[in-house]
Amino acid sequence: MALFDKHALLEKHSMLLTVGILVVVAIGGIIEIAPLFYLSNTIERVNGMRPYTPLELAGREIYVREGCYVCHSQMVRPLRDEVERYGHYSLAAESMYDHPFQWGSKRTGPDLARVGGKYSDEWHMDHMRDPRSVVPESIMPPYTFMVDRPLDFSQVQQTMQAMRLVGVPYTDAMIENAEYDLLAQANPDFYPNSGDYDGALVDRYTEASGREGTVTVRAFDGDAENITEMDAMIAYLQMLGTLVDFETYEADSLQNRR
Amino acid sequence: MATTTMQKNGIDFSVLTVGLFVGVFTLLALMVAAWSPDPLFNIHGWLSLVMCIVAILGICFWAANRKDGKLFDETQYEDTLIKWGVGVSMFWGVVGILVGFVIAMQLTFPSLLYFEEFGFLNFGRLRPLHTSAVIFAFGGNVLLATSFHVVQRTCRTRIAGGMWPWFVFWGYQAFIVLAATGYVMGVTAGREYAEPEWYVDLWLTVVWVAYLLVFLGTIWKRKEPHIYVANWFYLAFIVTIAMLHIVNNLAVPISPLSSQSVSLMAGVQDALTQWWYGHNAVGFFLTAGFLAIMYYYIPKRAERPVFSYRLSIVHFWALIFIYIWAGPHHLHYTALPQWAQTLGMTFSIMLWMPSWGGMINGLMTLSGAWDKLRTDPVIRMMVVSLAFYGMSTFEGPLMSVRAVNSLSHYTDWTIGHVHSGALGWVGFISFGALYCLAQWMWKRDRLYSANMVEWHFWTATIGIVLYICSMWVSGIMEGLMWRAYNEFGFLEYTFVETVEAKHISYIIRSLGGLLYLVGALIMSFNIYMTAKGKTRKGEEDHVHAPTNDGIPARAEAVPAE
Repeated sequence: MALFDKHALLEKHSMLLTVGILVVVAIGGIIEIAPLFYLSNTIERVNGMRPYTPLELAGREIYVREGCYVCHSQMVRPLRDEVERYGHYSLAAESMYDHPFQWGSKRTGPDLARVGGKYSDEWHMDHMRDPRSVVPESIMPPYTFMVDRPLDFSQVQQTMQAMRLVGVPYTDAMIENAEYDLLAQANPDFYPNSGDYDGALVDRYTEASGREGTVTVRAFDGDAENITEMDAMIAYLQMLGTLVDFETYEADSLQNRR
Repeated sequence: MATTTMQKNGIDFSVLTVGLFVGVFTLLALMVAAWSPDPLFNIHGWLSLVMCIVAILGICFWAANRKDGKLFDETQYEDTLIKWGVGVSMFWGVVGILVGFVIAMQLTFPSLLYFEEFGFLNFGRLRPLHTSAVIFAFGGNVLLATSFHVVQRTCRTRIAGGMWPWFVFWGYQAFIVLAATGYVMGVTAGREYAEPEWYVDLWLTVVWVAYLLVFLGTIWKRKEPHIYVANWFYLAFIVTIAMLHIVNNLAVPISPLSSQSVSLMAGVQDALTQWWYGHNAVGFFLTAGFLAIMYYYIPKRAERPVFSYRLSIVHFWALIFIYIWAGPHHLHYTALPQWAQTLGMTFSIMLWMPSWGGMINGLMTLSGAWDKLRTDPVIRMMVVSLAFYGMSTFEGPLMSVRAVNSLSHYTDWTIGHVHSGALGWVGFISFGALYCLAQWMWKRDRLYSANMVEWHFWTATIGIVLYICSMWVSGIMEGLMWRAYNEFGFLEYTFVETVEAKHISYIIRSLGGLLYLVGALIMSFNIYMTAKGKTRKGEEDHVHAPTNDGIPARAEAVPAE
């Protein structure tokens, strides 16, 4: 067939072949990914989403560092059993500030998209320290070291700056006060020994959220004096899936249809 | 020419440029080691510095020992590099499979295999080590070694670039060391199959561009008019992986002296970019690259021309065009818009045909030589790899159907599916190629022991069967348990009951993995003894196996028909 003979051209010119390959493999990705950036109904309009507080962000980094995402998804699918087991199905809006996303691909453990508020801080403490002490059949590794390891937050401000660069709406005040905000969220009595701190952590992030009650201040690991990795981890787990106000969310509006 | 004068003095342009290049990276590593306040980045700075110094010393030592002044003999193939590739592939293969076995055991016996004092040995950190070691370290090195072998033979010329192919080879090992140590220390970008952080990604980009240029450079000086079909697949693999790697890893480092970065994209866009990458790492790393291996080593070993030249054209272009679209099937029922999910599913189903096109072309190459399945266990290994390829490329489209995926997603079924492809297809075609290379590169009449290949074949095959069957059982079972309702309309099982129910399957899976590991160890020993020039007692005239590919026969150098 004449068409097959023409293929000899590609077999004799390596650059034609290379460019041909590049064009052919570029098409699919461009058509599927590019529209997600400009089709306005890709991300739903919701009330309550805000950027992570510095302490939650530090917890999220531990979550990523420890590879939690290889066993836990953060994506509830709109299927009857999942909605009953885990809660309202996940919205695209809920991960709009996740760099990188943590939807996961495997449930060796349960989904965590809405784990926030489901268990007490003490339960999380015990569970992280020794999972089988609270769930005997669990196959999760122990994270005992988080209990005592002081939280290293020397890079949290830089991380927030980088996140602002890629589009997360952190304000100047949020970035300036990052380290104090972090300390203040894990210690209700926090007051800096030196320097200025406006103590406005809750106001700042509540304003960003537009919804009361999305920022909690407490000693997450029960010890207000020492800020440990456990504080950050529990702060992060306890806010997962709690930001969006589902009472005002209109699942049936045209904008929010998938 | 200037090059020849320099060569007489023991220096060559490529040696000079590689040396300069490594020198620049030595300086960068020194800066990180000296100034980075990030302790983990600091460790990587020192590690890189050591690797750079070893590289420079290695080059000096090597150059000093070139007494004849001939650095890169254009009349000879570069085979030493391929021998290194064979050795390193076996090493990483054993390491990767071993880590896989360990983490399978961790999930089976968590009370025994987690240590409170050693948090860095937890599943979450070792699992990326396993996936990267088997895919990128083992698979990647097999692809490097075979592509350097195939492109030289099918172009009938020495590999281009003098020292640059060596830079690609050792640079790639450096990438693996940095990535692996990073995972264990907790340096991760948190993207599945793309976990290395920004600076390791940049390093891989440099190595990969050099790889592309070395490969193309060899094609440019070919002595054959046509570019052989295996090289189309290698080229597609190299070019596409470059595109996927760069786009998926776009990130902003939080500081030039910090190991951490923030990914450019977030949420739903990030998810699709990641799975566009993730699925095509399968498509182009684990499929296109290994199809290239199939297109050279099967015809060569069977001493038969490729079945159909037209089929290879059709399935090549169809495969690379369609594969790219399939990523969204990893995101069914998620917050990804449904139009994208539907596109992903549709193309995944279409992908079945070009996949089987490749399988048929490989299998039918044995026409007239089917008796070799009986007499040559190496051929059998490669043919069975095609059978597994056919099976997993049927299972894949099936699982990409939304309704099926609602059951299979998030379960062990996916793990079983991946391993039927990885252990059966990628593993077996790689082992076949490594056996061929061991015999051909060290110029032996036969392998040390054909019987040991038989043993490898059967332990590994039984291992795979145990692995995938146990994962089918546990995956489908947990999927059904998650959605089971009792007579009162409540969910029947708690999550942890589904975990408990999988215990037996996990024991069987671990056993399967152990058998596969034993097979790989048998192979390593066999190849080591072959390289040493030994023949096992009693097997001196056991089987017929094609020998010596010093000069490629005309029939293999051009596509059939």
